[in-house]
Amino acid sequence: MAVNHGSKRLVVGAHYGFRDWLGQRVTAVLMAIYTVVLLAQVLAPGELGYERWAGIFAAQWMKVLTFVVVVALLHHAWVGMRDIWMDYVKPVGLRLALQVFTLAWLIGCAGWAVQVLWRL
Amino acid sequence: MPPSPSTPPRARPVYRNIHVLQILRYRLPLAGIVSILHRVSGALMFLLMPFAIWMFDASVTSEISHEAFTSAFAVGIGPFAGWFLKLVVLALIWAYLHHFIAGIRHLWMDATHAVSRQQGQLTAISTLVSSLALTALLGAKLFGLY
Repeated sequence: MAVNHGSKRLVVGAHYGFRDWLGQRVTAVLMAIYTVVLLAQVLAPGELGYERWAGIFAAQWMKVLTFVVVVALLHHAWVGMRDIWMDYVKPVGLRLALQVFTLAWLIGCAGWAVQVLWRL
Repeated sequence: MPPSPSTPPRARPVYRNIHVLQILRYRLPLAGIVSILHRVSGALMFLLMPFAIWMFDASVTSEISHEAFTSAFAVGIGPFAGWFLKLVVLALIWAYLHHFIAGIRHLWMDATHAVSRQQGQLTAISTLVSSLALTALLGAKLFGLY
């Protein structure tokens, strides 16, 4: 197999960045579908008090689906924020710091969301 | 003729991404406005993510926390006034709607290769109009206008 790392790393041509590009679109579709699924339950007839609102997320299938979407969001936001840092922040040290902050922020948020979800 | 090694390479023009500060004095077409707002809305949602999860947490965890959640928007919580929280939620609503609709536009262009200038212009207008109209509609509900 051809060497594809270090100074020999191929940075042009097919598939360069393709995985991020595709991943961002697949996760986007997933989140869009989730939006419709959630909206359908929220807009169902009847008053939307605590009981019904919490009940939506208490269902096991909804917990699993929400968890999948949280992970999808994590990846989607990572690709997007990384693009922003790569476009606007040139100093390597600062960019690295911002990328690390982004990951920590996203993983922290995802952990919190999962905690809320599974104590229902 | 191959270039002789003695002549230094001519300085070639470099086209980099537009800097954030340059955007302000850059005349963007509508599709460009949709594009940069896609970024802005995404970054905004990224930054407000803990707030969104706090809302999810408070609204769903228990009846007591749900009560605190609704009263936060009525009379405020900690240093934040109720109207201020509503404004933040309004910003989130706009960001979500714009990102969602501009994202659908993106997926549609990816899938159909519909990338003529006219189509770009038309779908950019539709994106801006529909996202702002829906934001106004939901914002009016949020602030209790109906």
